[in-house]
Amino acid sequence: MSVTSSEPARARARRAPWRAVGAGYVFVAGYVILLAAFGVVPVVYAVYFAFTNADNYFAGLSNFVQSGQDFRYLPALEHIGIYLAIWLVALVVLVTVLALVLHQVSARRLGALVRFLYYIPGALAGAASVLVWLFMLDPTVSPASSLLHLLGYGTFGNVIAPGHLSLLFAIIAFWTGAGGWIVVMYGALNNIPRDVMEAARIDGAGAWRTARYIQVPMLRKWIVYMAILAFATGAQLFVEPQLVSEASLGVAGRDYSPNQLAYDFAFQNNNVNYAAAISVELLVVCLIVAAVFVTRSRFFDAN
Amino acid sequence: MALFSRAARAQRRPRASWTRAALAAGVAVVAVTVAACGNGGSSSAASSGGKDGFNEATQASGPLTVWVDSTRVPAAQAYEKAHPNVKLNVVTYDGDANGSNTLQTKVDLYDRTGNGWPDVVFSAESNEVSWTQPAGFTAPLNKGLIPSSVLSQFSAGSLAPCTVNGTVYCLRNDLAPAMLWYNAPLMKQWGYQVPTTWAQYQQIGEAVAKQHPGYIVGAAGDTFAPEIYMWASQCQANDVTGIRAVTVNVTTSNCSRMASMLDTLLADKSMSKLSAFSSAFDKQEKGKVLMMPAPVWFAGSVFDSSSGLNTPKDQIAAAPMPQWPGTTTPTTGNVGGGLWLLSAHSTHVSEAVNFIEWVTTNSAYQGDLAPGLPAYGPAASVWLANQQKAGYFANDIVPVVQQAAGQIWQGWGYGKFSQEAIWAATVTPGITAGKAIVSMLPAWQTAITNYATAAGYQVSH
Repeated sequence: MSVTSSEPARARARRAPWRAVGAGYVFVAGYVILLAAFGVVPVVYAVYFAFTNADNYFAGLSNFVQSGQDFRYLPALEHIGIYLAIWLVALVVLVTVLALVLHQVSARRLGALVRFLYYIPGALAGAASVLVWLFMLDPTVSPASSLLHLLGYGTFGNVIAPGHLSLLFAIIAFWTGAGGWIVVMYGALNNIPRDVMEAARIDGAGAWRTARYIQVPMLRKWIVYMAILAFATGAQLFVEPQLVSEASLGVAGRDYSPNQLAYDFAFQNNNVNYAAAISVELLVVCLIVAAVFVTRSRFFDAN
Repeated sequence: MALFSRAARAQRRPRASWTRAALAAGVAVVAVTVAACGNGGSSSAASSGGKDGFNEATQASGPLTVWVDSTRVPAAQAYEKAHPNVKLNVVTYDGDANGSNTLQTKVDLYDRTGNGWPDVVFSAESNEVSWTQPAGFTAPLNKGLIPSSVLSQFSAGSLAPCTVNGTVYCLRNDLAPAMLWYNAPLMKQWGYQVPTTWAQYQQIGEAVAKQHPGYIVGAAGDTFAPEIYMWASQCQANDVTGIRAVTVNVTTSNCSRMASMLDTLLADKSMSKLSAFSSAFDKQEKGKVLMMPAPVWFAGSVFDSSSGLNTPKDQIAAAPMPQWPGTTTPTTGNVGGGLWLLSAHSTHVSEAVNFIEWVTTNSAYQGDLAPGLPAYGPAASVWLANQQKAGYFANDIVPVVQQAAGQIWQGWGYGKFSQEAIWAATVTPGITAGKAIVSMLPAWQTAITNYATAAGYQVSH
């Protein structure tokens, strides 16, 4: 009796993990296929191109050396460095602050409304949201034209002066990308156990001290995660300068970022190898930065 | 009422560029990916030999694939109407305007995949052959495909951008010589003579600044400012001496005389810093243009255009470009002028040849419908007569345009690098910030040298 009754139970116990694992494979497969097709294979191809010449012979590091000697290379690195510094600091600080403020807004309706408003720009596709900015930055048509005039910028040409570009692109990127992160951070804040927050309150911690000693430390991993992804996106800056360049008919933003330089190498100078060398450099830099962030922040530590 | 509508550079307005930019952004993301698909190597189908000077692909039936910009769609439609039994597959693209490189990007990819090339392409960039010929994309046209009796009737010099070592690789669609547009009633009312020299032009500019502040005698904020002013002044910025050789020397008096004249007028504010295609220009300068050195297509794209200055009829007149004292042969610049290319990979060569010959020479399109001055002589006469008949202009522009078309200075070539893009990135921000162009000439020289070298040119000074 006991044997018969336990048979199916044991069978179920044996089968269940299989079913779970099988379903797992199915779920992951879609991602793995796309990752291979649009991530791994292109990277391998890029590495191949980066170390060969136009005739498919091994070229050593010559593609890296020669693309690095191009007159546009160092300025592009300088631009992207300034841009990343502005953007990453702004992103980490402002997103955290805004998420904390949002979390403090206890009124339900208002909180939901603000969340929605934060998220809207992120819902626009990348290029479309940059187009919005092309209107914003042209004093002739901008809704903020009085502000632009107040700052002394009477024409689109004044606004997009070379010295302004890093800041402008950082503002555009923040406006486009920050909303999604604010919502993510808000979710993370909601995950902080209620009893911890309550204990802090009972101990007499105000909003500032709670944020400083409880919330921000517990958000650390999320902030690191955001910084890694934001660095990777930021280093690949392309759409913002390319669209501004098109809109200004080449006055500003041409060959601004390394990614644009790679694009120009591939399609203006017909040199896929230099382009691949630059893209491999970007990949390596992003991997190193991610590794540093991960190890320094003990990202994968449980607890 | 738009006589010329938007001509060769119609698509230069920022608005139209954006969608293309978005597309380019998308392309870039997958650039390396796609480029990786089959490294088929360079296809040099257009190497000499074979019938008609190149090795034709195996011919097949099927529709003729034609790439045009939106301005040239009526050309394809007119051809279809005249040839009901030819099937066309018309693809609209940005026309490669403003150095967008769409065509080169696509052809690079087709070269790698080994198929997909269009049969016929219109391009708004007059320097297209500088890469299509080495890439083997374009077929030679004067080696049997197009009779010399037809080629010889194109306006003098108009096939220069199409020609490499005596072989013609494209047909010119339209010409875009620069001339001096002016507001005839206003000039008369204020007692100014139409200037024939740049010295007179500058004097009027300075007088206008004092007597009629707010009015302008030109604009220097466009990317093609070097082509209007520096080209006309015989400035040696773009002296393409071979397939991959260019001489650049912009510190000579031929360049600095024009630069300092522009500086004086810019400082006086009688020369606008704005692009004639910016919304700010339309707003500020409407009714304020006394004179404007500009290409022929400004008539339709800027003056007689509801999205431009919308100047009423009987005001705008044309005069030859002013000259520097002592110039024996008058010269002017050129801003654009499109081309028709025949793919060397075409599997419908005879239909394709018929198409490009028809759209460039037939008056049903070039004479009656074309927005810009046709490069083909007989069609140009019909076209000019039509413009004059429409009665927009305050004087007879026909002789002025015809004369200007023959005065384009030949010392400015058609290289692979974009002079407009170089000027835009190097000089225009300085003009906006109030810097003197004269002080930026060395930087301009360096930038041209850098971009030309990057494009594979041997640069001499």
